[in-house]
Amino acid sequence: MQCLTRASGIDQLNNTGTDTLLVADAPSPVIQIFRMLWRDKLATTAAIFLLAVICCALFGPMLLEDVATKQNLRGRNAPPFDFSTAWTFWLGGDALGRPLLARIIVAASNTIMVAAGAVFFSLLIGSTLGLIAGYTSKLGSQIIMRLADVIMSFPSLLLAVIVLYMLPASVGNLIIVLAITRIPVYLRTARAEVLEIRERMFVQAATIMGASTPRIVFRHILPLVFPTLITIATLDFAFVMLAESSLSFLGIGIQPPEITWGLMVAQGRPYLTSAWWLSFWPGLAIILTTLSLNLLSNWMRVALDPQQRWRLETSQQSD
Amino acid sequence: MTDHLLEVQQLSVEFHTTGGRVKAVQDVSWHLDSGDVLAILGESGSGKSVSAAAVMDLIDMPPGKITSGKILFNGSDLLQMSRTERRKINGQKIAMIFQDPLSHLNPVYTAGWQIEETLTIHGTSKKQARQQTLELLERVGIPDPATSAKKYPHQFSGGQRQRLMIAMALALRPDILIADEPTTALDVTVQAQILALLNDLQNETGMGLLLITHDLGVVAEIAERVVVMNAGRIVEQGTARDIYRNPSHPYTKELIAAAPGKGDMPADHSRRPEALLSVQGLSKSFGLFEAVKDVSFDLMAGECVAIVGESGSGKSTLANTLLRLQEASTGQAIYKGRDLFTLSAKDLFAIRREIQMVFQDPTQSLNPRMSIYQLISEAWVIHKEILPRTLWNDRVHELLNQVGLSPEHAKRYPHQFSGGQRQRIAIARALALEPKIIICDEAVSALDVQVQAQVIALLSRLRKELDLAYLFIAHDLPVVRDFADRVIVMQNGRIVEQGSVRKIFENPSQPYTRSLLASSLDPDPDIQAARRATRQVESAEQDTRT
Repeated sequence: MQCLTRASGIDQLNNTGTDTLLVADAPSPVIQIFRMLWRDKLATTAAIFLLAVICCALFGPMLLEDVATKQNLRGRNAPPFDFSTAWTFWLGGDALGRPLLARIIVAASNTIMVAAGAVFFSLLIGSTLGLIAGYTSKLGSQIIMRLADVIMSFPSLLLAVIVLYMLPASVGNLIIVLAITRIPVYLRTARAEVLEIRERMFVQAATIMGASTPRIVFRHILPLVFPTLITIATLDFAFVMLAESSLSFLGIGIQPPEITWGLMVAQGRPYLTSAWWLSFWPGLAIILTTLSLNLLSNWMRVALDPQQRWRLETSQQSD
Repeated sequence: MTDHLLEVQQLSVEFHTTGGRVKAVQDVSWHLDSGDVLAILGESGSGKSVSAAAVMDLIDMPPGKITSGKILFNGSDLLQMSRTERRKINGQKIAMIFQDPLSHLNPVYTAGWQIEETLTIHGTSKKQARQQTLELLERVGIPDPATSAKKYPHQFSGGQRQRLMIAMALALRPDILIADEPTTALDVTVQAQILALLNDLQNETGMGLLLITHDLGVVAEIAERVVVMNAGRIVEQGTARDIYRNPSHPYTKELIAAAPGKGDMPADHSRRPEALLSVQGLSKSFGLFEAVKDVSFDLMAGECVAIVGESGSGKSTLANTLLRLQEASTGQAIYKGRDLFTLSAKDLFAIRREIQMVFQDPTQSLNPRMSIYQLISEAWVIHKEILPRTLWNDRVHELLNQVGLSPEHAKRYPHQFSGGQRQRIAIARALALEPKIIICDEAVSALDVQVQAQVIALLSRLRKELDLAYLFIAHDLPVVRDFADRVIVMQNGRIVEQGSVRKIFENPSQPYTRSLLASSLDPDPDIQAARRATRQVESAEQDTRT
C-alpha cells in the first residue's frame, strides 16, 4: 500500500513499535494493564489512594470502631497537628472529643458503601433503560422517557423523605433512594448516545450481516457509550456522598452514632468559624476520593479505546 | 526574481506529532502570476494543501512549524510580516474557497448578510455593500439574487453554496483566488458548471487562480500549469498538457495510468439465462416524497451491474431497500424464487448471508473498537453454521491474504490502516459470509485514484474467483466503464436508461446520460479543451436562438 494517509502512517509506525515489544516479551493481559497504568503516573497515584480508601472501608470499622466512638471531653475540638497526642488525634478531635482521623477511617465504610451502591445501581438501571429506550420502538422509548421525566420533576429530597418515611433509615434503603433519584442522568445520556451511534455505518453493516438486536446493542453500541457513562458515574460519586449527608442532616439518612463523611461535614458545620478542621478533613476525603476516581476513569477511557491506547503503550518519546 | 505575483520558495513545513516530527512538505517552490491558473495535484497526505495553508497563515503553530523558505507576495515575504499585516492581505488580496461550503457558511445568518459582512468589514458602506452583493450573486449564477440573499445556507444546494463561497471570496476583488478541492463534494454536472464559472471569472478579472485537487480531470479542464506532489515533495511541474503527454517521473506515470475510464470495455457477452436477483416495480417513498419510483432490473449470477446517478437520484435508497434496511413501499425483489420484501425475520436471517454490502466510507463502516480479527470473525459468530470455531484463525488469515493484506494485520484495529486498506478489510468481512451478491455503495468513491484502481482490480479478481455478482453503485461514470457489464442510469428516483456498458458509453440514447458523460472530466487536457469548445458553440447557438 503506497498511499498511506499521513495520520495512519504515524499510527503504523507506532504500532510496529509496540508489536515488536509485544512479541519480545509477550506479557499477559494483566501485566499489560499494569504497564499502561504505570505510564500514567497520576492514574497510578489515584489507584493507590483508592486502594487505601477501600482498605479503610473494609478493615477500619473492625479495628478502630471503639477508638472512633470513645468520647473524650477534654479533647473537644482539639486542634490538628498536635503530634504529642495519640496518632488518632493528629487531625484533631471533634465536638465530643472523638479522634477525627479514626472517625474518617471508620466512616469510609458507610460512605463508600452508600456511594458505590447508589452509583452502581443507578448506572446499571439507568444505562439499561437508556439502551432500551434508544434502540426500541417509539412507544417503548416514550414510556421510559416520560418515567424519567417524572423522576426528574420530583424534588429528590421530597422523594427521599417519602420513601424513608415509609421505610426505616438504613444503608440499604438509602442506596435505593439515592439510586432512584440519579437514574435519569444515565438514562438520558445513554439514550442520546445510542440514538447517534445506531445510525452509524458499522451498526448498519452488522444489521446486514444478520446480527441480532442484543448483539448490536451489547457488542457494537455499548462499548462506545460505556466510557461516557463511567465518566458521569465518577462525577456522580461526589454528588451522592453529599446528597447522603444532606439526608443525614434532615434526620432521615444515616443517623449517629453511625458515621459517614457527609455526616461529619454536616456535624462540623456549626463550628466552622472556630474549628475548621471538623468539616475540612472529611471534606478533603470526599474531594480526594472523587478526584482519584476521575483520574482513574480518565485513564480507563484511554486504555479502553484502541485508537487512544498507544498513548499509554508507547514510552515517552513524545512531548 | 520578484516579478511573480505570488512565489513560494523552498518551503518546508514540519508538524510535531506524538509519533515524532513529520515533514509535511519539503523544499516546495512554485509561483503564480496574475491571469495564471496553477493546479497542485496530489493524493491525500501528499502535502498539497500545506503550502496554500502557509500562504493563508492557516497552519497552527505549534504543532506546525515552517522550518525554511519564503513566500513572496508582490515581492515582500509574507512569513516576515506581522499577523495584522497578513490579515490585510488575506481576504483582500488573496481569497480562498474550500471543499465543503456548508461548514464554511454560518448557518444562522442569511447568505446575503454574510457576503455584505465581508464587504462592510473592509470599509464599504452598508448601502453600497447591499448593491454589490446582489451584483455578485447575479454574477456567480444564483437565480433571483434579491430573494436568494434573504435565504439561509441550508436552503441552497451544494453547487449553489459553492457559488456563494465564490461570491464571498470575490467580493473584495482579490488578486489571487485559492480553491482547495472546490468541486470534490459536488456532482459531475455541477462540478463542470462550477469549474466553468471559475474559468470565466478568472478570465474576466485577470486574477491568479491556484487550484488544489486530487483529480486529473479537474486539472485537464481548467489548469494551464500543474505541480504534482507526492509525499511532501514536488515530483514534477510543467504545463498540464506536457505533464499528461510526457510524464517524466514514475509517480506521475502511475497516477495517469490509474485514472479510470481508459481501459477496454468488456465485450457484450451473452447474459446467463436466469436472473439471480430480479427487481420488479420497486418504489420507496418517504411521506409524499418518492425517492425511488418503479425501478425494475435483473442481476444475473456473476454479473456486475452498475447503478450510476447523481446525489438524490435514489441509488442508495434502492440499495437500502434491497437489504431491508428500509422497507420498500411497493414492488418485489425475487431472489431464488422468493420475494425479499415479504420474508419473515427468520428467512431473512438466512438470506442475509448471501447478499452483503460494502459501504462508501470504511472508516465508518468498521467498528473502531473491534480488532480486524473480531470484525471478520463476527460473521461466524452470527452465522454459526459457516465455520467451526477452531478454523476461524486460519480462515481470517486466508481472507486477509485474499484481499491483499497480511495475516499479522488481524490483531490490529481499523484506525491503524489507510483508507484503501480499510476498504479491503470491509471486503474481507463481506466475503467471510460467502455471499452470492455484494452491493457496493460508492465503495471506491472516497479513495485516491491509485487506491481506487487497486480496489477495483481486487473486486474484479474476486468476482472471477468466487463467481460473485455485484450491484455497484457509483456517481462517477468513468469508474464503472472498465469494470461493469451493465449500467443503469438513474435520475430523480427513476431509471433513465439501462444497457450494456458499451451501449451506454458509446451510444447513449437519453439526453441525461449524454450530459452525464459530457460532464465527467477526462484527464487528457486536449479532450477537455475540445469538449469545452463544443460546449461554447452549443451555448452560443442557444443564445442566438433565444
